[in-house]
Amino acid sequence: MLVIRRDLVDAMVAHARRDHPDEACGVIAGPEGSDRPERLVEMVNAERSPTFYRFDSMEQLRVWRAMDEAGEVPVVIYHSHTATEAYPSRTDVSFASEPDAHYVLVSTRDAHDVEVRSYRIVDGVVTEEPVDVVESYMFSHTGADDVPDAD
Amino acid sequence: MAVKVSIPTILRTHTSGEKSVEASGGTLGQVIDDLETRHAGLKARLVKEDALHRFINVYVNDEDVRFSGGLDAEVKDGDNVTILPAVAGG
Repeated sequence: MLVIRRDLVDAMVAHARRDHPDEACGVIAGPEGSDRPERLVEMVNAERSPTFYRFDSMEQLRVWRAMDEAGEVPVVIYHSHTATEAYPSRTDVSFASEPDAHYVLVSTRDAHDVEVRSYRIVDGVVTEEPVDVVESYMFSHTGADDVPDAD
Repeated sequence: MAVKVSIPTILRTHTSGEKSVEASGGTLGQVIDDLETRHAGLKARLVKEDALHRFINVYVNDEDVRFSGGLDAEVKDGDNVTILPAVAGG
């Protein structure tokens, strides 16, 4: 299950709508081991394509280093599909390389009914998971942001 | 010559979970060959038919080696080599 704050879902949807008809992509970092998405970073789609996305390699290096220094990991990796449903494509599955991340798909094919779904992709196997959208992490069972993070 | 190599999560099965390992070599190709002697299987994840996999990003310090010679990219003592699988899809 992915537990995620509403403002972060809204930000992914807004990004996907803005870049439509090209695919939008990004990452939401969170403290290592917390499974709690906190800091959204919109990434450039270096392909600028309606059917493909790829993080710009230099931007990825900067963002990954910043996460490393902050003790964060990519909790969510998201991208949009602009003409098909929010389900991982064959290429999504073959390139998935973060076994601990939630892969979030946003479909903007219907401008009035944007679809947001989440998956685990491990060793080529896709498993859909429920998305629990919360106002705050305070009362959700994600291990507490009312308690300071360990180190 | 010793360089530090950062290993991404998905490849840490080859390094007993280590995030960072040491290796030596004057080029990236030599560094990868040296890694392979201690971390078997790693090379096949990075190199295919004598070139880096298209969807593996490798950086020497702050430079994407795709623009500086690929496996022939020069590596010096004290350099940091970072391996990051590309984040991509359709």
